[in-house]
Amino acid sequence: MKPYLLVDFGSTYTKLVCVDLDGEYIIGTSKAPTTVETNVLDGYNEALKLLLRDHQDIKSISGISACSSAAGGLKMAAIGLVEELTVEAAKRACLGAGAIVKKVFSYHMTKREAQELKDADIDIILLAGGTNGGNRECIIHNAKKLVEVGVDVPVIIAGNKDAIDEIEEIFENTNIEFHIVQNVMPQLKKLDVTEAKHIIRKIFIEKIIEAKGIKRAEEQIGEIIMPTPEAVLQAAELLSKGFEEIEGYGELMVIDIGGATTDVHTIGEGFPKRTEVILKGLEEPFAKRTVEGDLGMRFSANALLSLVSDYEFKKYFEEDDNCDHNITKSLDRRAKQIGFIPITKDEEEFDSAIAKICTDVSISRHVGHVEVVHTPLGDMYYQTGKDLTGIRYVIGTGGVLINSKDPKKILQQVNKKSNKLLELRPSKPSILIDKSYILAAMGLLSQKYPKVALKLMKQYLL
Amino acid sequence: MKTVVIGVIGADVHAVGNKIIDYVLSQNGYNVVNIGVLSSQEDFINAAIETDAKAILVSSLYGHGEMDCRYFKEKCEEAGLSHVKLYVGGNIVVGKQDIKEVESRFKKMGFDRVYGPGVKIEDAINHLREDIGI
Repeated sequence: MKPYLLVDFGSTYTKLVCVDLDGEYIIGTSKAPTTVETNVLDGYNEALKLLLRDHQDIKSISGISACSSAAGGLKMAAIGLVEELTVEAAKRACLGAGAIVKKVFSYHMTKREAQELKDADIDIILLAGGTNGGNRECIIHNAKKLVEVGVDVPVIIAGNKDAIDEIEEIFENTNIEFHIVQNVMPQLKKLDVTEAKHIIRKIFIEKIIEAKGIKRAEEQIGEIIMPTPEAVLQAAELLSKGFEEIEGYGELMVIDIGGATTDVHTIGEGFPKRTEVILKGLEEPFAKRTVEGDLGMRFSANALLSLVSDYEFKKYFEEDDNCDHNITKSLDRRAKQIGFIPITKDEEEFDSAIAKICTDVSISRHVGHVEVVHTPLGDMYYQTGKDLTGIRYVIGTGGVLINSKDPKKILQQVNKKSNKLLELRPSKPSILIDKSYILAAMGLLSQKYPKVALKLMKQYLL
Repeated sequence: MKTVVIGVIGADVHAVGNKIIDYVLSQNGYNVVNIGVLSSQEDFINAAIETDAKAILVSSLYGHGEMDCRYFKEKCEEAGLSHVKLYVGGNIVVGKQDIKEVESRFKKMGFDRVYGPGVKIEDAINHLREDIGI
């Protein structure tokens, strides 16, 4: 037996997954409330105690890897020039690195905007703008604005290469930590986020962990290697592509419905499937992640009513649900009591309806869509975003799905036939549930033991 | 190297001529940003902003160019691109019309250079050199 421990410092719970690398199975899991306010190790030790109590055969731990989304996760600001182009590219770099994009700015930043950015609760700023050889003036202007207000978080510069020398001079004599990487949009509509993502992770490991009081955990468990959402994305990518002789699942989607946000990850090219469809807009990343800050089970529950009307909300209840739900009150209760756990059948049904809305709306925003253009040569179609009709597997994770009696019913919203006919949603996916809550852990494990991680995912996602 | 944005405007899918323009301009020392067919005015403008283009060359072959190009100049001005030269060429109006008259209509709409059917891209290159240099 060679136990390996995977730790996820989540926003509410610190979750442990213990894997036997020899036997290639999951020995056990445990969780305890995250304790960032006091000492983050308290929560970890509590969870570890529970794990060791239930699995006394664990004699020694051969290694530990950890990820974190505690203390609000990794919060970033994205700055670019044109909204549909470099701003979008900058946002995608942040999202792909597992961050939440809290602030977005386009064109020339004003003093007010720069001040707003400085005052916001942000961990890292990503500054883009201009293709290589393209517009220099805007990104230089924005760099000056950041220096003028004296932002106090690291700035990653990932814009027009022609402007870099000047920007370097602007930052050089300041106390602002800055990093220069490849342009996120080197050519028009081409996306290159690899270097930006890499540096985001590096800053996260070196700095953010410390600022959030999680650094202490490193004394005992070694480096915290990535934000939790990135771990999930890595797990999804591995499961899709396969490893060596073990085949992957092909194009797939992961939906993570949390208390504050709903994350959707898809792995796949998503190119148009028919010749009369022409792809528009910025290049899509192969592994794409979107985060919806207004879709969640608890923190953001009140935001739901600004998305769906009372009348539409009711359509998400099961037909045999006879309870006369007070929608506003029930949502408000959940937003106020973050730790609310449904007990009665009616409460469960209500949670399930929220989860369905989160799924439906987040998918609608994540997938690409087509628009018809009538041309003298017949109807043609524009496709913006990814064509995900061919997605083979949809994997659900997050508390509400894991604890639901019928999670597959919630996830059936994915291929709901809506009146938005031109959305490119998965048409006939198989639905799997991350019942043992291991996805993030497998993303972590995949850094060193991809084969074991892949085998375990194929075994435990049902 | 000067950057120019090229593409086919509106619901027009004529891709071949556009590729030829791309090739010839690139061979002649321009950095060509080709946004392809079925492009809207906004696509041209956004591309020109990000790439700091000095000219936008709009192609249209299907006869509805006049409609598609309406208010293009005004939008460019709105987007801070007053300095960017606007070229249009191809089969840009419905039916066979006197090119002189067509040219004056498009110039009134704010286009700097207007080409009817049969004009070679080489002619446009000479104008480009005059207007924006190389």
